[in-house]
Amino acid sequence: MVEQHTGIGISIRNLYKIFGTNPEDYIDAVRGGMTKAELNDKHNHVLGLKDINIEMPEGGIQVVMGLSGSGKSTLIRHINRLIDPTAGEVIVGDEDVVKMNESELREFRRRKTAMVFQKFALLPHRTVLENAVYGLQIQGIARKEQEEQARRWISRVGLDGFEDNYPNQLSGGMQQRVGLARALTNDAPILLMDEAFSALDPLIRMDMQTVLLDLQKEIRKTVVFITHDLDEALRLGDRIAILRDGEVVQQGTKQEIVLRPADEYISSFVREVNRGRVITVDMVMAPLSGEPQGMPIKQGTVLEVAAKKMTDTNVSMAHVTDKTGKPVGALDIHDVISAMVTPVDHETADTEAAVA
Amino acid sequence: MDWLTTFPHLNDDALRALKKAIDGGFRDFTRAYGEAIETMFEPVRWFLIYSERFMTNTPWPLILLLVAVLVWLASRSWKITLGSIATLLAIGFFDMWDDTMKTIAMTFVCTLLAIVIGIPIGIGMSRSNRLQSIVNPILDVMQTMPSFVYLIPVVMLLGIGKVPGLLAVVIYAIPPIIRLTNLGIRLVDKDVLEAADAFGSSNWQRLKDVQMPLALPTIMAGINQTIMMALAMVVVASMIGVQGLGQPVLKAIANQYFTLGMFNGLAIVGIAIIFDRASQAYGKRLQRHLEVVHG
Repeated sequence: MVEQHTGIGISIRNLYKIFGTNPEDYIDAVRGGMTKAELNDKHNHVLGLKDINIEMPEGGIQVVMGLSGSGKSTLIRHINRLIDPTAGEVIVGDEDVVKMNESELREFRRRKTAMVFQKFALLPHRTVLENAVYGLQIQGIARKEQEEQARRWISRVGLDGFEDNYPNQLSGGMQQRVGLARALTNDAPILLMDEAFSALDPLIRMDMQTVLLDLQKEIRKTVVFITHDLDEALRLGDRIAILRDGEVVQQGTKQEIVLRPADEYISSFVREVNRGRVITVDMVMAPLSGEPQGMPIKQGTVLEVAAKKMTDTNVSMAHVTDKTGKPVGALDIHDVISAMVTPVDHETADTEAAVA
Repeated sequence: MDWLTTFPHLNDDALRALKKAIDGGFRDFTRAYGEAIETMFEPVRWFLIYSERFMTNTPWPLILLLVAVLVWLASRSWKITLGSIATLLAIGFFDMWDDTMKTIAMTFVCTLLAIVIGIPIGIGMSRSNRLQSIVNPILDVMQTMPSFVYLIPVVMLLGIGKVPGLLAVVIYAIPPIIRLTNLGIRLVDKDVLEAADAFGSSNWQRLKDVQMPLALPTIMAGINQTIMMALAMVVVASMIGVQGLGQPVLKAIANQYFTLGMFNGLAIVGIAIIFDRASQAYGKRLQRHLEVVHG
């Protein structure tokens, strides 16, 4: 078995994208503070992305979340430069994608990235197997090796026995498995997923998320995942960046976003989230004072699980332990429960009270 | 008020001089380059003669078998294959075998030439809006200009014979293949093209692996149209010396031989139907992967 390439980091710096006939003419004005509306009304240009700075660590899943029109699909297309930026840098590993010439870019797309699309974008005239080998075929890999790799990944995403079917014979969920197999067969360190599961039924979507998370434990690629669904973002993302009108309004870990939403826009998203499944005990534990009390609970356990354990054993105090079993904090059942139920608003709870 | 009832036109002398000048210019061009152009078409003439000899000199049962096999390979349908054999047998029975073979050879060479020239032009048009805006009006002229009109310069250049006839047929029959190649490639799903780019396809890989295969059904419709139009030109081309089913039809028109005209006309219809059904069935088979939809 061939060793899979694990991820390389991506860093997006001061990225701007203006759509229109003469985008360069307005870049300075936009940097100087011209708003999206002003640019659109006065100059008939559309501000797609404004001053994006995101560091995507290697081997993690970076989710970019936003509603339609927020620029998230535009952003992901800058990483493999399907869209050219107006200004800024996209550093992948130690290369700036923006500065590559045509043949360097082609080579970069072949070896470093693989992409999964919202509408699958499979080749309808090719069978599942022929679709999966596509990336390797373009690279000019020997046919035998192409098939070996492709069959392995087709089987890995659960499509055994469908190798000779055409995409049209498969359901949406199965088609996207083909899309995933095609991307994984390419064996690139970066996996770009543009609303990859958005077109699927909720149950199938959950299923595919599980497939992705299971795979990621093994392949450790740098995954960039675009979605408009906060639940999906929280389930998949090691880090999440939230985009609105072409700007990053908040980025951080899922707990940071759920516990400290940066503005009203994000809190309106976060309000509906099942906090017990997102927040971990690390976020609510108190500093250890004296002897560790009660039962040990591992770091990284979500509140829902911790609360269940504590109520099952009927204790009100517990202590949090790190990987080696060393106590690092104290946990009070009251804090756990209040963190699970407190509606978090970015300023006060006044609006909540008013709604209630 | 004379200018109201008669359209103000160039005076007769000026008009005559203009026509004379253009005719004279073209005649000089013909004298100077006619032979060179004729030699340029020599390989085509050779190919045409060779195909014609093959069709007429091969024993008829072998040709019948060959047609049956080709139709079967294209259509995979017994109905179409048996229909083709019956049509050819009827044609032979009414003593039109030789003329039919010549017409088939001519149509085959013309179609092949139209494909070889037309598909690259169509691909070029699909990649460049400027080329498209230049070629489209030319195609419009080619399709609407009465074919007799462009027979004149062709005959002046190359004289009477097979090659000028072939040229006339190709000019008449090539527009559909060009247009439909262009259209087919332009209609290829943008999402799939983006995927091809995202995986790092070169232009050639994108054309070969994605655009051409997905445009193929449309291109096949163009080829089908081209074959039909080439057959339709057979009678006109016979006026400038192309042999085949057109010659007896021409004779029948001149002498009012109703039955002779009818028989040869029906023979043209017969082979047109064979070509049409076989190529359409082939085009349909290319789209098979689109038909089996997940329930």
